Amino acid sequence: MCDTCGCNITHGNQHLIAPGGKLHKTEQGSEALSVLKNLLSENDHMAAHNREHFDRHGVFAVNLMSSPGAGKTSLLEASVDALSDRYRIAVIEGDLETENDAQRIRSRGVEAVQITTGSACHLDAHMVHDALHQLKLEDIDILFIENVGNLVCPASFDLGQHRNVTLLSVPEGDDKPSKYPVIFRAADLVALTKVDLLPVLDDFSTQRACDNVRALANAAPVLELSVKQSDSMEPWLDWLDQEVEHHRQGCQRGETMRPRIQPDGARLHALAT
Amino acid sequence: MHELSICQALIDQVEALAREQRAKRVLSLVVGVGPLSGVEARLLKQAYPVAAAGTLAEGSELDIEDRPIRVHCKSCGEDSDATANRLVCAFCEDWRTDLISGDELVLTRVEFVREQAYV
Repeated sequence: MCDTCGCNITHGNQHLIAPGGKLHKTEQGSEALSVLKNLLSENDHMAAHNREHFDRHGVFAVNLMSSPGAGKTSLLEASVDALSDRYRIAVIEGDLETENDAQRIRSRGVEAVQITTGSACHLDAHMVHDALHQLKLEDIDILFIENVGNLVCPASFDLGQHRNVTLLSVPEGDDKPSKYPVIFRAADLVALTKVDLLPVLDDFSTQRACDNVRALANAAPVLELSVKQSDSMEPWLDWLDQEVEHHRQGCQRGETMRPRIQPDGARLHALAT
Repeated sequence: MHELSICQALIDQVEALAREQRAKRVLSLVVGVGPLSGVEARLLKQAYPVAAAGTLAEGSELDIEDRPIRVHCKSCGEDSDATANRLVCAFCEDWRTDLISGDELVLTRVEFVREQAYV
């Protein structure tokens, strides 16, 4: 093939070098290549690999996201207490520093792996993959992945989870879904936490919080939870039961389950055509 | 912020492409960014030269192509513009919509010079 005299250009491929074509050369002798690559394809590839691991071992994986202090670890503690008689549970904890959260979970007799991210503001699929090597997946039914407390970055990284849960605690205010649309749009379930504080924080409207989630075109259930009121936990535990079952049935049919919204190139096909 | 790690992923892809094309140097690239990608275009531009340093893309220019937020209404079937925190149909105001554009984070174009210069 000759790139100098142009003899390699045929009727079939000349559109590629025409202006706007895939291999169009500019006047300065440089070339431009049109591509369509999702910037996070490396992460998404690893996430798909994690998801395969989970499915092969029948592990249902849930990614918990929220701002710091919204009650992710408390929700996990309460969930572990309520579910450990019928499910084998493990937890991956993401934090910038400390083993505190993993220790809280371990003290309840459940295996927990702490990922300390240093200055990274989110977990990514590679970090989760490394953590998986410390767990025996065949001994796990539900894996909770507690992401770094942050309403921005975790939303951009697929970890291989089957479902996303985004928490919004009452003290944060009911307009958080409007302020941080990316993470609330990604939720398969929105948990309004610390609802025992509603009587004192009466400017928080659960209806408005729900409306703000709907305005993101998200039909996910919006549950009102308080770990201090065990009755309020029932809908959350029921949802987990239902999703575990849904996942189990999917695995039997050889289908995987993915969060409603993928921060990846699902739309690339639409763009490419 | 995660824009630097996204820039590093971008550079990895650009370098792989450049090697594949036997490029000597990358001159510029275009990245399409939608507001719902969770990535801030301004921060991406700031982080880019840092991530590009010492690579084939050092000194190259990053152009950001803003992608609009568009939704398709499942109720009335119309497509319309929307905003990041109000993805409702502009025609019938129903919130049951599908996003058709606005969450992309894609490398769409790379301009480079090959190892053997053209005469």
